Amino acid sequence: MKAARPPDEPDNQAVILPNLAIRSAAEAGTPVPSIAFGERKVRSAGLGTRFADTVFKYAMLACTVSVLAIVALVLYELITKSKLTIAEFGFKFFTGQNWDPVLGDFGALPFIYGTIVSSLLALVLAVPLAVGVAVFVTEMCPKTLRGIISFTVELLAAIPSVIYGLWAIFVLAPLLRLHVQPFLAKYFGWTGLFTGPPFGIGMLAAGIILAIMIIPIISSITREVLVAVPQHQREAVLALGATRWEMIRMGVLRNARTGILGGIILGLGRAIGETMAVTMIIGNRPEIAKSLFAPGYTMASVIANEFSEATDDLYLSALIEIGLALLIVTLVVNALARVLVWSITRGHVRAHA
Amino acid sequence: MLNRRNRIPQQVSFSRRATNWVATAAAASAALLVLAPLFAIFGYLVYKGIGSINLEFLTHTPRPVGEAGGGMANAIVGSGLILGIASLIGIPLGMGAGVYLAEYGKDRYSDAVRFTADVLNGVPSIVIGIAVYALIVLRQGHFSAFSGGVALGIMMIPTVARTTEEMLLMVPNNIREAALGLGIPQWRSTISIALRSAASGIITGIMLAFARVAGETAPLLFTAFGNQFWSLNPNQPTAALPLQIFTYAISPFDEWHRQAWAGALVLIVLIVVSVAAVRLAARRGSVRHTA
Repeated sequence: MKAARPPDEPDNQAVILPNLAIRSAAEAGTPVPSIAFGERKVRSAGLGTRFADTVFKYAMLACTVSVLAIVALVLYELITKSKLTIAEFGFKFFTGQNWDPVLGDFGALPFIYGTIVSSLLALVLAVPLAVGVAVFVTEMCPKTLRGIISFTVELLAAIPSVIYGLWAIFVLAPLLRLHVQPFLAKYFGWTGLFTGPPFGIGMLAAGIILAIMIIPIISSITREVLVAVPQHQREAVLALGATRWEMIRMGVLRNARTGILGGIILGLGRAIGETMAVTMIIGNRPEIAKSLFAPGYTMASVIANEFSEATDDLYLSALIEIGLALLIVTLVVNALARVLVWSITRGHVRAHA
Repeated sequence: MLNRRNRIPQQVSFSRRATNWVATAAAASAALLVLAPLFAIFGYLVYKGIGSINLEFLTHTPRPVGEAGGGMANAIVGSGLILGIASLIGIPLGMGAGVYLAEYGKDRYSDAVRFTADVLNGVPSIVIGIAVYALIVLRQGHFSAFSGGVALGIMMIPTVARTTEEMLLMVPNNIREAALGLGIPQWRSTISIALRSAASGIITGIMLAFARVAGETAPLLFTAFGNQFWSLNPNQPTAALPLQIFTYAISPFDEWHRQAWAGALVLIVLIVVSVAAVRLAARRGSVRHTA
């Protein structure tokens, strides 16, 4: 057969060579890949088809390159545009407490403090609720309620940040000022966390609105992870005589804790980067105060508020450097969360296959 | 041993039963507590917004401070323009990347792309705004609807890519092989067979990405910038509904607060209607899958 096709005909070579490869593979007893049949049948249009296939593949490849390019470009732009303050302040930028655009003195510590405190406060409030909802939906509630509850929790994620902010200004803040803050000051004022005049707006309000905003992401990932826990784990614990809660605690939550942690960290990433609602409610004052009633400022909200007013290059560079720090922190946090979540849900897919 | 195996649940000790009951109650009240703000927000939006929505609000541009009346027509249209540009950028790039990941993506490069897409999904929107500002606005020297569209388009890519990939992976391989066996080139089989079978799921993903960026404000602050007047020129600063809500909400004027609530109601209705419609469509699509 091979002899019947003289290999020295130049214009046939491109078409023949793959066929030869297929044939020798078939003769060697290895199974021929199914795609090969297609290629053989359309031999008359072979060159054009293969050309089109290659073009198509590379066009799709270009789209994936764009994803990598965007992340690289974002990093590059932020680094080059913040060179000025990186050169001028160095690491002191992140430890300085003064933020004075007029004198050209920039220290970002108050914003970093505000971001950390508001995000942690949000986590403290959101995690028990989000995990509670997820446990309730997957393990406890009647089937008819399951879809309704998860749909409404998902709806919370669809509300735009600016509407949370609007609601926080006109509903949450007065509520805090008139009812919640006086109560907290009276009974928990001794902790030092709830002192000072109750403005309504401030760190506490920011933490609450952030908590509401990150509950959907934590609870939806927790739900995903809980569903991935194999059924026989539950049955095994129940068979030992456990009550339902003991089954959930020992058979489900213990197995799912890595994934839940991933969801929590993902929520943290969301909280750190959240801008509009926080900007509208936190009070926007670059101060480090122990009391949660006091107004604060976060990294994201200082950018939102001052970026379009930044007139000189140093000011702009300082704001962009804050953006760069924000980007790097969220990249690390998200990468960590993804690795944790993947380690659970991927095993789930493999177990099913 | 035998005794223990014969225990029936009623004989479980009181403290364990109490713990079980308390835990159930706690989880149920967590669910209630989470749903409370949702109803509070929707309730207030309707209560405060509905009285302010009228024909003038939907057809007029903002009046100067102090004058009653006026509306957000330019912001609604501006949002449409910016979202149109965003879709033109985000949907093709996202779908293309998704197709590559599903049809060719078994190597480590594709894993790196998946990881990067997931990470890009978590980048704060305000950081995307700064990057686009540095990339486009600084170079052009002025704010524009186009730069706003680019920022939102970038944010759409990861969601569209990952759902496209997921949906394509659900298309059975026999269909692709059957197409190839009939002599259809691979690119044709991908476009007309695989993508078409996965269409309803992919559309769901696109709509969710669209709904997500439709309410974004932070990346528009210094790209589209906002505008009190009509502008349909993609090269000019343009008003957007979320931007207008933000400006009005933090202003000290009652009239503007009223309009902010009305704008928020319009925005949420547009978003929730699209998400709910998509959910219905997706349910119908999944029924077809199992049939």
